[in-house]
This record gives sequence, C-alpha cells and structure tokens, in this order.
Amino acid sequence: MPKNPNVKRVMVIGSGPIVIGQAAEFDYAGTQACRSLKEEGVEVILVNSNPATIMTDKDIADKVYIEPLTARVLEQIILKEQPDSILPNMGGQAGLNLGMELEENGFLKEHNVTLLGTTAETIRNAEGRQEFKDLMERIGEPCAASKVVESVEEGIDFTNLIGYPVVLRPAYTLGGSGGGIARNQLELEEILENGLRLSRVGQVLVEHCIAGWKEIEYEVMRDSAGNCITVCNMENIDPVGVHTGDSIVVAPSQTLSDKEYQMLRTSALKIINELKITGGCNVQFALHPTSFEYCVIEVNPRVSRSSALASKATGYPIAKVAAKIALGYTLDEIKNAITGKTYASFEPALDYCVVKMPRLPFDKFITAKHTLTTQMKATGEVMSICDNFEGALMKAIRSLEQHVDCLLSYDFSKLTGEELLDRMKIVDDQRIWVIAEAIRQGVSEEVIHEITQYDLWFIDKIAILVEMEKRLASEELTVELLKEAKRMEFPDSVIARITGKTEGEIKKLRYDNGIVAAFKMVDTCAAEFEAATPYYYSVFGSETEVEETRNRKKVLVLGSGPIRIGQGVEFDYCSVHTTWSFARAGYETIIINNNPETVSTDFDIADKLYFEPLTPEDVENVVNVEKPDGAVVQFGGQTAIKLTESLMKMGVPILGTKAEDVDAAEDRELFDEILEKTQIPRAAGGTVFTAEEAKEVANRLGYPVLVRPSYVLGGQGMQIATCDQEIEEFMAIINRIAQDHPILVDKYLMGKEVEVDAVCDGTDILIPGIMEHIERTGVHSGDSISVYPAPSLTPTVKEKLGEYTRRLAMALHVKGMINIQFIVIGEDVYVIEVNPRSSRTVPYISKVTGIPIVDLATRAILGETIREMGYEPGIQPEAKYFAIKMPVFSFEKIRGAEISLGPEMKSTGECLGIAPTFEEALYKAFLGAGVDLPKYKQMIITVKDADKPEAVEIAKRFDKLGYIIYATRSTARALQEAGIKARKVNKIHQESPTVMDLILGHKIDLVIDTPTQGRNKHRDGFLIRRTAIETGVYCITALDTATALVTSLEHKQEELHLIDIAGI
Amino acid sequence: MKAFLILEDGTIFAGTHFGADKEIVSEIVFNTSMAGYLEVLTDPSYAGQAVCMTYPLIGNYGVCLDDMESRRPWPDGFIVREVSRVPSNFRCDLSLQEFMEQYGIPGIAGIDTRALTRILREKGTMNGMITTDEEYDLEKILPRLHAYRTGNVVDRVTCDEPYYVPGVLKLSDNGPLSGSADFDPEAYQAGVREKKPSLVRELNGKGKKVALLDLGAKKNIAASLAARGCDVTVYPARTKAVEILSDQPDGIMLSNGPGDPKDCGAIIDEVYKLYKSDVPIFAICLGHQLMALAAGADTYKLKYGHRGGNHPVKELETGRVYISSQNHGYVVDTEKLDPAIAVPAFVNVNDGTNEGLKYTGKNIFTVQFHPEACPGPQDSGSLFDKFIQMMEVR
Repeated sequence: MPKNPNVKRVMVIGSGPIVIGQAAEFDYAGTQACRSLKEEGVEVILVNSNPATIMTDKDIADKVYIEPLTARVLEQIILKEQPDSILPNMGGQAGLNLGMELEENGFLKEHNVTLLGTTAETIRNAEGRQEFKDLMERIGEPCAASKVVESVEEGIDFTNLIGYPVVLRPAYTLGGSGGGIARNQLELEEILENGLRLSRVGQVLVEHCIAGWKEIEYEVMRDSAGNCITVCNMENIDPVGVHTGDSIVVAPSQTLSDKEYQMLRTSALKIINELKITGGCNVQFALHPTSFEYCVIEVNPRVSRSSALASKATGYPIAKVAAKIALGYTLDEIKNAITGKTYASFEPALDYCVVKMPRLPFDKFITAKHTLTTQMKATGEVMSICDNFEGALMKAIRSLEQHVDCLLSYDFSKLTGEELLDRMKIVDDQRIWVIAEAIRQGVSEEVIHEITQYDLWFIDKIAILVEMEKRLASEELTVELLKEAKRMEFPDSVIARITGKTEGEIKKLRYDNGIVAAFKMVDTCAAEFEAATPYYYSVFGSETEVEETRNRKKVLVLGSGPIRIGQGVEFDYCSVHTTWSFARAGYETIIINNNPETVSTDFDIADKLYFEPLTPEDVENVVNVEKPDGAVVQFGGQTAIKLTESLMKMGVPILGTKAEDVDAAEDRELFDEILEKTQIPRAAGGTVFTAEEAKEVANRLGYPVLVRPSYVLGGQGMQIATCDQEIEEFMAIINRIAQDHPILVDKYLMGKEVEVDAVCDGTDILIPGIMEHIERTGVHSGDSISVYPAPSLTPTVKEKLGEYTRRLAMALHVKGMINIQFIVIGEDVYVIEVNPRSSRTVPYISKVTGIPIVDLATRAILGETIREMGYEPGIQPEAKYFAIKMPVFSFEKIRGAEISLGPEMKSTGECLGIAPTFEEALYKAFLGAGVDLPKYKQMIITVKDADKPEAVEIAKRFDKLGYIIYATRSTARALQEAGIKARKVNKIHQESPTVMDLILGHKIDLVIDTPTQGRNKHRDGFLIRRTAIETGVYCITALDTATALVTSLEHKQEELHLIDIAGI
Repeated sequence: MKAFLILEDGTIFAGTHFGADKEIVSEIVFNTSMAGYLEVLTDPSYAGQAVCMTYPLIGNYGVCLDDMESRRPWPDGFIVREVSRVPSNFRCDLSLQEFMEQYGIPGIAGIDTRALTRILREKGTMNGMITTDEEYDLEKILPRLHAYRTGNVVDRVTCDEPYYVPGVLKLSDNGPLSGSADFDPEAYQAGVREKKPSLVRELNGKGKKVALLDLGAKKNIAASLAARGCDVTVYPARTKAVEILSDQPDGIMLSNGPGDPKDCGAIIDEVYKLYKSDVPIFAICLGHQLMALAAGADTYKLKYGHRGGNHPVKELETGRVYISSQNHGYVVDTEKLDPAIAVPAFVNVNDGTNEGLKYTGKNIFTVQFHPEACPGPQDSGSLFDKFIQMMEVR
C-alpha cells in the first residue's frame, strides 16, 4: 500500500523531560521518526518540553515547540498549526497518554485530526489492564492470574484468593512507577496505596507472582496490511521480578530452543494482530524455566526503551520503519537502509551476541536502597556486541564507567559460606560480582541457580570468566592463554593486574603476536547480503571487515557513554552536532559510543559507527584501524575528556583546546596561577587528599566550605560542610573510590550563580547568552532553575562576566567551547569553575538564542573565526523573551534517596519554559516539569530556623493565593507571629494526626521543607520529604525555588504564548 | 584437537575439532537461523552438505531428542563459531557434542564463521573438507573437493517402508507447541475468532487421508497435517504413483528433500503421474521443484541458496508477506515458465526468486519455503489449512 496522500502535516509528540523509565531512547526514536517523515515530504510539527534533545532542533522538524506537554498546550498548538494528523507513539508513555487524552476528549475528531499509527482502541486494549486481560483470554493467550483493583480492600480480598506473593502494577505509568512485589499484607497495603494514586486512572493490577521465571521480550512490527515481523527477541538474565530496564539483557535469547522461541514468537504475532497495532510493539513474556508454560506480562504498543535496544542490537531502524508504516506503507515497500538491498519485511539475523547492562544511579544516592524490583531505577544503559557472550559481558561492564572493568571489581572475598549465600539473595546491581565470588569459593552452579534463578548457562559463562582469572593468576602467560583471555575481552589492564605485569608488557606481547582487535559489521542479515552502512563492533581472533578509507580527512568523535545523572542527553546532542559540522566541512566522521538509547549511535549519523566501550584500550583498537587525523573530545562530556591524554599517547591530535589547557582548568595550582595572572577573583581554598588535610584547610578558611573531587561532572561527591564531622563523612564517601586527583576544599560563598557558555576561536569569544540561576549558590547548577536572559544582573556585572570569560578563554587557549560558572555578590564576580568543553546548557541556550553553538565551536576548531562565521564577538544581543530551564527529578523511583538539593546533582532531566514574560516562562517551566497547581490549595511548610524570615514572606504570598498552610511547631509559630493563619501540625513522633498523616491524606499540593545539614536518614525532614515524593506531592527544598513557584502561580494564565523555536 | 576446514578455492580455516573424529568432503552451506540447530541437523535436506551456522553460539540448550525432525542427523559436517560447554534446558537429553559423536558427525568450532559466510556469499556455495589431519596436502585435496557431487541423496534419506501417522482426534490433543495448527493470520485479520471447522476433526467427524511422499521429509510435515486431524500415510520416495493413487488418498503431499532436483529423474516421472491425477497436491521445497520439473518447467542453482528462518515471501494473490523458514539451493525458473502450466503464487521479497506456484487448471499448489517450520517461524502454517480446504472442496 503506498503512502496515504491525506497525510501532509504531522504533529509528533515527544516524551518530555528525561526521567527514569523515559530517557534518551525517545529522542532517538523521535528524531528518526521525524527524519523519516520529512524524507517523505511530510511537514513535521514537533512538540516536546525537553530542550536538550536533538528532535527539538530546527533541522529535524519544520516547526518546533518546546512547550509543556499537557493536553491543553497541545490543543493550542493544533489550533495554531492545523496539522492533519498526530503521531503519538514516538514519545513513550507520555506521548501516548497525551494522544489518548486528545482522542478521548473529542478534540481530535472535532478538528479533523487523525491519530496516526496505532488507534485509540488499540491503545486502550493494550494498556488498560482489564481490557488487555479480557483480550488475552479471548484469544487464548495466558496471563498470570490477576485482577484490576481500584481499592486496597479489593486488592487484599483478591490476594487472599490467589495467595502471596503478588506483583502490583499500576495502569498507565511509565517505567513501572509505583509497582512492586508484595509478600505479605503489610507490603501489599503499602505498595497498593501508592500505586493507586500514581496510576492515571486509579487502577492497579494485582497479579500472581511469577518471579523467577525467564523474562523474554519480542520486538514486533506490523503494518496496516497485517504483515508482521519480529525484529528480535531478548532474554533477561535476571529472571522475572527485576524490571527489564534494570536487568542485564542479552539478544538474541540464549537458552531457548527453537520450540520455545517460536512458541513465544507466534504468541507475540498473534497478540499484535489481535490488537491491530500498526507500527512497533514490545511484548514481554514470562516463561516457566522447566516447562512450556508461559504468560504474557505486558504489551507496549509503541516504540520503547526495548525497541531502541532492539534497533541498535540488530541494525533494524524500528522508529524509522514505524513512521513509514504510519504513513500507510507496508513492510515490503520499505527498503532496509542498512543493506540497501533487502526490505523491511524480513527478520534480522544476528551473528553476534548483544549484552545490555543498566546504569544505576546509586553512586548519586548513597542512602538509597540498591535492590532491584519491578520498579525501574536505571537512568541509562550500555550495550556491547561481541561474537561470544563472555566478551560481550566484559565489554558491557567496562562501558558502565562505574570504576568496574571485570568480575573482580567489587570485592566480596571477605564474605564466606552462609554470609556469601545470604548476600547472593539480595537482588541488586552487584549480583553478578557476588556470583563470581561464589564460583571462586567453589559454590556449585546448582546452588547459585537455586538462589538467583539465573539460568545455568549464564552462571557457567560467569564461571568461564572466573576460570580465566584463575588461569591468568596461576599459569604462565603464553601467547595461547593471552589469545583466549582477549577473546573473552579481558582488558590489558586487568590481565596486567592479575598477572603482575604492566599494561605496556601485555600490549607489547599482544602486538608482537598479532593479537589485535578485528572489527565486524552489524548488517541485519548475518553476512547473507552485502551491507551498505558501516556499523562495527570488535572481536578478537577473527579477520577485520573494515575497509580502509583514505580519501577524506578523518575525525574521531568520542561519545558520552551511558546516560547518568550529570551527563545526560545534552552531550549526545553536542556529539551529534559536531559530527554533522565535521561532515559539512568535508571530513569523514567516526563515532565511538556504547549507548543504545542515543541518536549518536544511529547508523546514519556518522560515516562510521563503532559500538564500543570508551576506555583507552578500546579506543586505541579503533584508532589502529582508522588512523584518524584528529579526535574531538570537548563535546562528549567527562567521558570523552578523560580520554584526552590516552589519545595523545596514541598520536592522535586533539582538535580544539589542547590537553594541557584542559588540565590547567582542572588542576588547582595551575588554575590558581591563571586566575592570578588574569586577575579574576575566586573563593579561597586548597587541595587535599585526606580528611585530616581537609579539616585543616576548612578550619583555616572557616566553615561552611565546599568539598569536591576534581575531574568530575555533575558535582559528583560535592558537599557543603559546616563542621569537622561532616568533612570526615564526606571525605569518606569521596575516598571510597581511589582518587587520582586531589580533592578541592573551598570557602563557600553565598550569592547568585551565573553560567556562561562561550565559543572561542583563539582570538575572540562569542557568548550567546548569560544564564542566571534562581537558586543561590550551593545548589548544583544542573539542579537549579536557569533563566535566560539573566533577569537581575546589572550592565556592569554582565560586562564583567563577558570580560572574565574572554580572559579565561584566552589564558586557557580555548579553541571551541568553554563553560564557566560564576558567583555574583553585589557587583562582585567570582569564578567557581571553568570547563573547557561543552556543557549541559549548550542545547538549551542554542535553541533559545537561535545560535548553533556546537556548529560554531566546531568551525572554530577547524580554524574559522567568529567574524568569518558572521557574528560580532562578545555577548550577543538578548532575546525578546525569557527562556527558563527547569530541572526534573526522578526521586519517586529511587526508594530512600535524599531529595534535598545541594552541590551534588540529582536531576535526571530538564524542561523549558519560554514566553514573552519572566512570569509566564516560569509558569510554563513548572507546568512542563509536571507541577500543575493549584489542586487542593493546601500546603505544608517546615523550615530550619535560619530560613524562617524568608519562609514567612513566601507563606504570605501563598496565603494570598488562598492556600491553607500547615506548619510544624516552630515554623507555625513564626508564621502566626507574622499574621499568617498557619495551622499547626504534629511532628512525626508526636501523636496523630501528624504531618505524615496529612501528606498521606492526599489533599496536599506542596511541601516546603528546608533540610538541616547532614545526610542522616532518620531525621524527620528526610521522612517528610520521602513521604511527600512517594505519594506524588511536590516537594521543594530550597526557598528560592519556592519563591519562583509562588511567582509563577501568581501569574498563572489560561492562554499561553506559543513560540516556534524553528522561527528563532 | 585441531581441525581444519579447507575450501575448494584453497581457503583454510583452522579451528578445534568436536563431534565424531572423521574426515569429510562435502558441499559447504550456511544457515542464518539463530535457534534450532538440532532441527537443522536433522533436516534430511542437508544430506550431502556440511552446514555452517552463522549464529556464533551453538549448543546452548543441548539436544532435546523430541525435537529431531527425522530419525538421525544428516549433514556430513557441522561448522560453528563456538560450542557451548554446558547445555542448559529443562528438556535437554544430551549435549550437542555427544549427539554428534553418537551419529558420527564431525564438527569444527572456533573458526571465523562470518568470514566463511562472506566467502560463500561472494563466491557462491562451494565444496570443502573438514579434517583433523595437520599434515594435509592441499595439492591432493583440492581435486577431491572439485570432484565432489552431492549425488542422488534422496534415496539415502527417505524411509524404507511406508508408515502411518494418525491425526489427532481433538484440537486439544495438540500440545502447547502446535502454534501453527491453530494460528491463522488471515482469519485473525478478517476478525474471525472461531476455528475453521475443516481444521478440527471433532467438528466434522472424519480426518482427511493424506499420502505423503517422503523425499527426505521433516517430521513436522506429517505432524502439521496430523495436528489438523489428517491421517497421514508416509511413502518411500521410490513408491510408484499408481501405488499411492490406489490407496485413494484425499490429497497428496510432496515433501522437502536434499540435492539437485534434476538428479531425481525417476521420481519426476512418478510425480508427473500424480500431476495427471486429479488428487489435490501440496508440495514443499524439493517436492515443489520436482512438480515443476514434472510439469515441464526448469530449475537452476542459486549462488548460495536460502537457508534460515527470516526470509520474507510475498503471496501474490493477497499481497501478504510471511516470514518463512527456508532451506534450498535450487529454485524454479519462472522466466521460462509457461502460464498454461503454472503461475507464480509466492515470491521472495529479498531477491525476487520464485517461492511458490499455483498450477493452472489443477488442484495443485506448491511452495519453495517450509510452512512446517522447525526450525523457524510458523507464520505460513495456514497453508496446511489451505490444503485441507482443497481436499474438502473436492
């Protein structure tokens, strides 16, 4: 069937800010879909509140609205832009829910807008728990015994019938929010109550627990003619019970015979046919490990995290094909872009093994529970490809960038016997390391299987790796042994460590004997057809397929690895844009990255894609084959920057700012020299290695002080210390991981925080705009609300900022990007830190100023001057509207995480509010972050003593808006004294009703709670904040944020100004 | 033990030996299925060939004897990247290594199977040798490789005596694996929920009587018919047409099988007699090729064949595309096909080669691919239903 001629103008809905369960995969899917639509001559109107994405670029869509993703806003955009259709299934659950809302409220019908792709009926059948169950019953597909309940009592009754344990899954939530396994009534009540509230429709599925079964997924495509294919299947190494987003996943399935494989495949096709899905779909199964019994866990009638993984694992561009299907094409009419010969109506054949590992945020949330459940916690993931499982696992481990490079990286050797077995019962992110230790200590594979329910095949693979460790430790390192170790992807550094040799010796032994990485192609067809798109992975012990290309200059672009707090999709945006700029400048582009969720690892972004870990050795393997003319590191976040020195050792020229200048910005002494020379003030401080030294410096400077490691992104480990005891606590946390670089202790200055991104061509600088943070210093810049143009800076200060930026860029010989954070106190400007690289704010500021910063920086690196590029050096004229970047958090997903803001970054994503006035922009930014108030007009305030005067002012304004204010004893007293009718509530340990009862009563809009210092979990404040977050109550921990919120509420307006970013 | 794979063009792959210790010369082909190595090994169509699996990890779930597609494995040799040292599956009876030793089949592991596949793709299917002799003499070996022919392998693989496979009495007798028996994509497409009455014996009382000519039949052909209530009699390949017809079957099924169809002259003569009868006929793979040759069409050898579980075939009448299981090195030439004899019914979406024929004025349709799956997708299982309908109509 050819393209539907009625589709000319399509609105694509994005997924909004990055949160756990809905991450960069939807930028990848959305971008691919938009490009696919434009390829067909369709006009694309894109809506997404997330400014850090590539999909919100004006070269991706014709009209771009970075507006809050609410039904009302979408309606306004539809009225303005008059699309004939909307495509909701590229924006994850968020996009799908919005599409449904518009369909259900009749708006689409009223305005003759068609829902493209999957129909509303299909979505209801797939997503509505009861509808889905009924449908499965009708077609004879098994589901676990279950019931949709709408109250806790109903849940208890049903569970008493089918018996514990049960799994709880709220309907219409993303990443399994609010779900969990209940083993007894107490747990059931707790999880159910929470889940009912989080569900959009107040429904939770109570299901017989099938924990321990194999979890198998199929990615399926279907076109409007009913043709179906499965793109691939995936087997979760962690059995049912751990969210697939948090599981180690392997593709294709490894332990299924053809009988099981086809049984589930047929079932998946039957389901997608019955649901009449057009486009992509993900079907999850639980398969009993010792019978053919299976049940359907769930179906996602849209592109998903798993479909992004399946796309990268197979080379099959699911989102692109899904978009074409939405336009009316059938699978046999769509060319397979990888081979250029075959069609989309085939099933990829893999001739390699893919392993995905989750990137979990526990390094950011020390206090959080590390256990993995049906509620997803990972912020990102890595994927690796190899022709054997052991190698793929080893590669995935070192791709995580979590200070792990093999199965020895977490030491459990102190646990023995029962202790070790008990540890193995804990389902957390270190389980495979525990299993490895158990194997080392001789625990039988059967016992391990009994406890973990891992398939014996996977346990044996871990055993093979452990045996190799042992052989390396005990045998002489022969060429044969080295070959075997390399085939399993033991890095040189690990082999060196185990054998007691140096890394250089291992490398030499390898090179002398021709043990080098070969590169194989991902071609969707197991070499059956010649492929046109070079997408490679490395293996040892094979011939290489990379063809030497020498006709153009080559640039190596280093990606940013897995999405994690502090290093998000922004850096992928920068990597992709620099790749495009180099391509425009005539370069052959080569990307190395390992993140399956991103645009940069799409097969048609760079000329060549290497899906590899980003360690020096892995990068060197690529360098040896490609011999690039240069590498660019300043766009790939800290991941890429960290590779600078190694690249230089390999003889690869670093394009742009030199490595020694990068060092100068990070090295305390060198940097101090530069500041002195350029006469720029900064907070006094010193460098230390031990807690003793830190205390000495702190006492010399006087408390409070800022403690942080150098060479980190996202303020990892950064803390404000107010006393010796806290210094000890923080230093212990930082030094859990051996630090190569000293730790910085600075005097904490309280003022306005200001951030500048600039491009420097070696002579001149260009500052697109100055961003001012709403929150005072002390809150990490990534967690602050950031305003452009800076609303409260005087012309003198702005001039100073421009001048300091210029001086620093010159002193550091910056070529390309520089990012600087300042503190402004009155008219005084202090520098906090300088990063001679791209930053998190680059996509945001690029979009709202219309200045393509990454492109300009890339051209500056290539030698163009700012003037040649058509810009006047210096600070660029300010825009006529305000653009506010709002951080978005995923605290509700991480049980036990401390939510109060501080110098360590905690947000997972961001959204934008853009409007003609500051107040409207602020309102939009809060709305985009999901803060849609007022609802009940009731709030709780509980602040520390120092904050009380300010809290009174804020409370007055809420009072005026008609809010009923509850406050704990001393806060209530302070408010009452100021004439506010605050109602006193009891603290947690006092008698009921307490502040906790109030929150659990679900009638509270907002909690303002400023924490007292320290990471003590048991303080009341911590419990209040956690309860608020877990019950979906918006919780503010910085008074500046509260001021901003009340300002936005005071200016709430129905009709919003919509701004087409593509028109800027 | 070291082992070598030596190709006709002089390429040598060094790997590790597994399975039976034996030197073999055979035609080297590759299969892209990611699961189902046992079904591949026991598919009689591989007789006279040595199979390379492109998926690198083989033997993961061991050997489940229930899944054998015939009485024994047939390939002369088996070529893989890696054999799993631990088989893991609840039904596993023995390891792949043990199975191959038991049946005297040599294997070579640890070679770059992707490189081998690329050679076969570029240069076409060629002959090769698997040997553990480190002192091999290329000069002596190459002429032997050139001389190798698969020959008349049908005689080797077919059954010795006719046998009977009774149809199921109730659909519920089908195990959990008979996905192909009750899945009818077309019916689902049309919104039909009920099972087609013709499929189920309990609804119409009596199953169809099918004669299956075993040219190297996979077990699941008879099983697929039996699962639909048909009583199947399986005949050896050399059975005369008159004998089959005298048993008065409701329909005749020609199976898959190994080798060059043109090596089957005598069988083709008998097939021609079946063609002339007005008994409904459904044929798969070699059966499809023999029917084409019998009716006067031609076949030719593909460069490197279609072997795997991911080939898209398009049904020309409906435009529907099915993902199919395939294993063939020869194909019917439709360029010179006389529409008075037959017209193409299915075409391969990848390379446009013929995948099925509908015989003009006849109650005969034949397909090149494998609706019986095993290994591979069960999507085209409804073709057996179509066959049953053909018999009903008659």
